Amino acid sequence: MAVLETRGINLEIEGSKILNGLTAEFWSGYVHAVIGPNGAGKSSLAGTIMGLKRYRKIEGQILFDGEDITDLTADKRAERGITMAWQEPARFEGLKVHKFIGCGNNNSSRKKIAAVLEKVGLEPEEYIDRAVDDTLSGGERKRIELASILLMQPRLVLLDEPDSGIDVGALEKIFDAIQYMKDQGITVILITHSMTVLNHADHAFLLCDGKIIDKGTPEKIGRFFREKCMPCRDHDAHEIKEEK
Amino acid sequence: MTTDIVDNLYKSLGGVCRPTSEDEAHIEVHGNKVVGANLVEGLEVDVREKTRSVEADFVLKEGTVLKGPVILCFGLLNRQGQQKIELDISIEKGAEADFQAYCTFPNARDVLHEMDAQITVGENARYSYFERHIHGQSGGVNVVPRANVEIKQGGRFATEFELIRGAVGRIDIDYNIDCHAYGVFEMLARISGRNDDEIIITEAGHLLGEESRGVLTSHIAVQDRASAVVNNELIANAAFSRGHVDCKEIVQDEAVARAVPIVEVNHPRAHVTHEAAIGSVDSKQLETLMSRGLSEEAAVDLIIEGMLS
Ligand SMILES: Nc1ncnc2c1ncn2[C@@H]1O[C@H](COP(=O)(O)OP(=O)(O)OP(=O)(O)O)[C@@H](O)[C@H]1O
Ligand SMILES: [Mg+2]
Repeated sequence: MAVLETRGINLEIEGSKILNGLTAEFWSGYVHAVIGPNGAGKSSLAGTIMGLKRYRKIEGQILFDGEDITDLTADKRAERGITMAWQEPARFEGLKVHKFIGCGNNNSSRKKIAAVLEKVGLEPEEYIDRAVDDTLSGGERKRIELASILLMQPRLVLLDEPDSGIDVGALEKIFDAIQYMKDQGITVILITHSMTVLNHADHAFLLCDGKIIDKGTPEKIGRFFREKCMPCRDHDAHEIKEEK
Repeated sequence: MTTDIVDNLYKSLGGVCRPTSEDEAHIEVHGNKVVGANLVEGLEVDVREKTRSVEADFVLKEGTVLKGPVILCFGLLNRQGQQKIELDISIEKGAEADFQAYCTFPNARDVLHEMDAQITVGENARYSYFERHIHGQSGGVNVVPRANVEIKQGGRFATEFELIRGAVGRIDIDYNIDCHAYGVFEMLARISGRNDDEIIITEAGHLLGEESRGVLTSHIAVQDRASAVVNNELIANAAFSRGHVDCKEIVQDEAVARAVPIVEVNHPRAHVTHEAAIGSVDSKQLETLMSRGLSEEAAVDLIIEGMLS
């Protein structure tokens, strides 16, 4: 069953077409990957699904649980259970890690916050009272953002390049967290151009020039992406066939 | 009678700063009347009530290191009135003290609070001064703090001014600091203005001696029709003196903010930097919090709370 559906989405920013009739179904409880080269429109797709201001003027429809959410602002979509982690997380001067992590959950406690920090491989005592500012590395902020999502207990999570700026040791923690979300029945959309990340998905979409040009198993899409996807223009003519 | 006033002053501060032990020096001033005090060894205090002011001289004797903070509680519970505090603080050679001043005007409609301070931080002495204001919601206070600070060789001075609860009314801070060789100063102001609040900060730091260091930091948030002007000036005159001016202002609604950082270097081996950022709330910060389910308003509040913390 599709928990999220995008229907014929066109997005134009400052005269250039970013998403181009994008149609896709994301099945409930699956870990999906959206893979594609730089500039394909992956982050724009994430922003569009989340309802970020810059991506609100679209044509087409976004359905969540069958409800049309196209006109909802990001906070209203979050209330329904959609959330996202940024490719480059924001810095917040002075805002404490525990406040940041706790803000998306009305029943948060220090104990629960410590538990999600541990889940992403950060020593709670060392991080919980620090600020989410530039005294933390990009990788640390990414993991703190993921911890905040774990505590929020959403229904659908968009992770934009969850591996960028993360070292090998911490990467395992990120994959553990993705598995944990899947075990909780959360639908995950991994946005990536990494084969390692792709291998943690159950199903994959290939995005090129703002369009889904193929979908299927991560093996199939990965092979395709690796062998032929640069430059991605070569695949405009490729037909979408489901591989089961 | 006066203990009632002392109680009420502390009550209006939320009871947070009430001195508890006999080791803590404190003095309470309501309007221009001294209503309570406790002194400790090594700290000489001379307080004189005048018709339109209170004069207080503090001398921390050479080498004395105070265990607890010195608590100063200033305020006026009335709707109308005037308070003027004239402070002369001298921290002698090698002495160390932390002063915390709490200023409360919970019912003010038309109150003038003036402070004139002459502060001397002796050789290798350390003095920190934290001032927290708690105002009522109507903002009928005019706060005018003036300080002239001299930091002798190797002295350290840190000050923090906080006004984030209640409406500001009008605040006009003017501090001047002269810092001699190996001296260090850090000044931080954190102020949140709304309605028709008016915030004026004028700070001048003079790095006069070699290896002296100074930082002037202001973090300000203004909304509604409030205005803020920050005039920060840092002048370095000696070899290896180092300074930094940092001004951050978040502006919402019809509020107006202005920052005028002036840096001047009069020695080839001195170095001063400045950084000013004025604008609305960062959109990525805002959207990150909104994607966790916070409304735009709640997200803005949390971002500002962080910046002012
Ligand atoms: N605000 C904007 N204004 C103009 N062009 C934009 C804007 N945002 C994105 N684009 C353009 O849209 C295209 C898609 O960008 P997007 O960031 O979605 O790509 P991506 O697939 O996430 O790339 P990457 O792998 O580098 O993260 C790019 O060509 C980009 O330059
Ligand atoms: Mg991207």
